[in-house]
Amino acid sequence: MLQQLAGRCGPWLVGDGPESDIVVSTRIRLARNLAQFPFVRRCSPQDRAAIEKTIRDRFQNVEQLRQLIYIDVDELSDVDRQFLMERQLISRELAEGTGQRGVAIDPDERFSVMVNEEDHLRIQVMASGLNPQVAWEQINAIDDLIGQQVVYAFHRRLGYLTACPTNVGTGMRVSIMIHLPAMVMTEEIQRVFRSFQKMGLAVRGLYGEGTQPRGDFYQISNQITLGRSEKELIDQVVEVARVCIQWERRAREALLRSNDKSVQDAISRAYAILQTTHTISSEETMELLSRVRMGVSLGLIEDVPITVLNKLFIHTQPAHLQKIRGIRLDTSDRNVERASYLKEHLAKQR
Amino acid sequence: MKCQRCDKRATFHITELTGANGHKEIHLCEVCISSYLHDPASNKATSGTIQNVGPQAFKMAQTAEELAELDQKCCPVCGMAFYEFRQAGRLGCPHDYVCFERELEPLLGSIHGKTRHTGKTPRLGRVTTEAQTQLIRLRREMHEAVQCEDYERAGRLRDQIRRLEEQC
Repeated sequence: MLQQLAGRCGPWLVGDGPESDIVVSTRIRLARNLAQFPFVRRCSPQDRAAIEKTIRDRFQNVEQLRQLIYIDVDELSDVDRQFLMERQLISRELAEGTGQRGVAIDPDERFSVMVNEEDHLRIQVMASGLNPQVAWEQINAIDDLIGQQVVYAFHRRLGYLTACPTNVGTGMRVSIMIHLPAMVMTEEIQRVFRSFQKMGLAVRGLYGEGTQPRGDFYQISNQITLGRSEKELIDQVVEVARVCIQWERRAREALLRSNDKSVQDAISRAYAILQTTHTISSEETMELLSRVRMGVSLGLIEDVPITVLNKLFIHTQPAHLQKIRGIRLDTSDRNVERASYLKEHLAKQR
Repeated sequence: MKCQRCDKRATFHITELTGANGHKEIHLCEVCISSYLHDPASNKATSGTIQNVGPQAFKMAQTAEELAELDQKCCPVCGMAFYEFRQAGRLGCPHDYVCFERELEPLLGSIHGKTRHTGKTPRLGRVTTEAQTQLIRLRREMHEAVQCEDYERAGRLRDQIRRLEEQC
């Protein structure tokens, strides 16, 4: 199953959603717990196994859930766990956790359900571009299907109960992954941060590390989960994302208009390095792909579509490279392999 | 919510993943966020996350004695002491929200601003029942009985659990 996933990419990466020159994806996740078990941290190994069995059994009762592919994460190798994480199908917490835990994956990768992460269930839906409506309708339907099969821990006043009080209420986190290279270049990125003032919003990197967003990708997400409806929370994040899109567009236009050739130069150099290098780290790859991605949006590079670049961001990650090539590689071999993979795929486009 | 590095209002809320131990929440004001983002080395020094929740978050316990008393309070269902929640920042079971309701209220208020859910409800309107809460307690007791090698008691509890599970 993982080998099959390796060669292709999820529909959220295709880049056909609204505003996809700037917004990579819209992700919504819901945290849910079963009423009859303690929260995961306090579960005995027997409890964890019973939760997993309950979920897997109940999923068999529903057509749409029966077709999900269940992966026992505890049984996976380190590379396979990292592979699922790079692909955004599981969280770092699930990948690096211990004990009985797993993930049910939609064969088309439109959604996944993590089992025994911080909460019993973490349902997540990914959509291409800025597409909150589609993502919400889909996750709401999946949540209802699961909710008919199990009894969720729900409190009349506090809503869905979660292990961490920061998720209680809706249990919902909506994250918009946005590419802001021009604002980074023009050092206007601080404005993005200022826009979060008084809004209770969080900013994180591509894989949630938060501190050092790589490849100029940022995730905008809600911090508050209680006291507002799902729609209100989504609308607020989308509103901020739209402001960021506007600023990024303006910054890109300003860069294009300026007589300074350094931007065009940085983009052409990045593209040239990616096509000719013999060894390259994943950090440098992210940085250069980011510039090329902006070059494509600005019309400076015309022979490579956004889809290919989006895919390369994921496929050049360490575990993906190893799965695609079908062998374990150490860091220096990976860097050589990455360079050859980039060359191959960028040449294909020409 | 106050900034963790100064007394200003926190307007940036960051969840930083910390590997196998889960994640930590960082709350900073607009001045401190800048140094946080540009100096990764200083991030490690950030203290006062949702782990190690300080007594100021719980308006109930203002004195050391009150806090000590509160720390000892245990959930009758999962057995978790309030102290453990303050340490880990994670609750033990859904019933903790009932058992520690008064203690959690100010914390929820400072995190979310409001304390009443206005979002969706489970489709079938099924909410936690007494039987489900009892199942959590019985499973814990069975686990404890097995650990004490009291298999007779563990067996009785197992039968009780099975009967309850059929009702749920």
